[in-house]
Amino acid sequence: MLETVGSIANAGGAIGAGLAAMGAGIGVGQIGKGAVEAIARQPEALNDIRSNMILTAALVEGAALFAIIVGFLAMVL
Amino acid sequence: MTSRLMKSFAVAVFSIFSLAVSLEAVAKGGGEEKDSTKKNSFNAQEVIFGHILDGHEFHFFDIIHGDGTHTPVGIPLPVILYSPQKGFDVFMSSKFHHGEHDHDGYRMLTEEHIEKLKEEGVDVKKQGLNAGKIVPVGTDGKIDAAVSVYDFSLTRNVVQMILALALLVWIMISIANKYKRGQGVKTAPTGMQNLMEPVIAFVRDEVAKPNLGAKWEKYLPYLLTVFFFILINNIFGLIPGTANVTGNIAFTLVLGVISFIVILASSKKHYWGHFFNPPGMPLGIKFILVPVEILGLFIKPMALIIRLFANMVAGHIIIICLISLIFIFAGLNEYAGWGTSIFSIAFTIFIYLIEVLVAFIQAFIFTMLTAVFIGQTYEEVHHDDAHAAH
Repeated sequence: MLETVGSIANAGGAIGAGLAAMGAGIGVGQIGKGAVEAIARQPEALNDIRSNMILTAALVEGAALFAIIVGFLAMVL
Repeated sequence: MTSRLMKSFAVAVFSIFSLAVSLEAVAKGGGEEKDSTKKNSFNAQEVIFGHILDGHEFHFFDIIHGDGTHTPVGIPLPVILYSPQKGFDVFMSSKFHHGEHDHDGYRMLTEEHIEKLKEEGVDVKKQGLNAGKIVPVGTDGKIDAAVSVYDFSLTRNVVQMILALALLVWIMISIANKYKRGQGVKTAPTGMQNLMEPVIAFVRDEVAKPNLGAKWEKYLPYLLTVFFFILINNIFGLIPGTANVTGNIAFTLVLGVISFIVILASSKKHYWGHFFNPPGMPLGIKFILVPVEILGLFIKPMALIIRLFANMVAGHIIIICLISLIFIFAGLNEYAGWGTSIFSIAFTIFIYLIEVLVAFIQAFIFTMLTAVFIGQTYEEVHHDDAHAAH
């Protein structure tokens, strides 16, 4: 019984991490797309766009990492 | 000619390295045949947690002997214990012989101890017992529940943080003294000034000035301190064999709480007015918005804490997982281990270089978001934009 619960928890953690990675991938992809399009339109605003892009990407990544931590805890606890 | 020489040199180093790693894998496999207990099979979870968690020694590697026994190689660190019953006790962690011996009525728990306790029916998780924890033991060899003990040890996280701090203070004071003497003000900067000046100017121009408006000079010392402190600890953590300081939730928690205090201290009456009574909103919306604002106040530092922690832990886990893959495959088949080591090490180097980038980015993000949050609390001109950003 305990073994089954453990493996289900492992599967849940792994699926959660995968879903989080998917979401973050889509999010960071959108940011990159937006940034590249903006740079193509206004190359002179490169520096502003780049710093905003990194900031936003970090925010999206933060959300993904929350999910990773939760998935990790699901497996360990 | 030289580039070809360098290339063949790199190939030779790589081959020797992968050979050494593979030999270790073979040795592990060899040990497994003799003794099929859990002790000798490769336990990835144990290795991963051993690397990312705090410990009482700097552990570098294990020497595996022919009979399957391990000799760990590392630097022992001082253990400082205080117990109301027994008083202070200070000794080196090598006295424990990696958990094999008890010292002065104390025992450092190892994985084997934990396994044994589980078999005896002790609820290990509930009592907070884990490998590396120091517990008092009685004369009968069991954990003595009557004795309480407080652990003030200089663990590897503490020692490494102090070393990083000493280096940072030395660098900063030496360049500050140069600027005081006039070097780099009217003449060209020299030595370490060349390394630090662009970074300091970057924090000032990209982080402080755009986000903090006219009062940037007041907050710049704090932002620079946080930036360089996180950066140097991130970089120290990337040196193989060192501790994972910034990937420790307690470390990031303290940084986050300090940021929270600075954010609160910088807030003005205007901010709290908008906070509890958002202007231009219908009454019903206010009932929703005020709890959201209150939640947001605490989520901001929480996000700072968990972002830095999770980023650094994730990076370290990825690297150690890729290395662990070699041993997992070598446990199945010797040649699979050899084959995996090539890809595994190539990927590890790739991820390692990304981690160097992440070390800078996370230091920048922490500083940047702290500056943004501080700016939000007193900005009056763009308050509508600031609210929209929530």
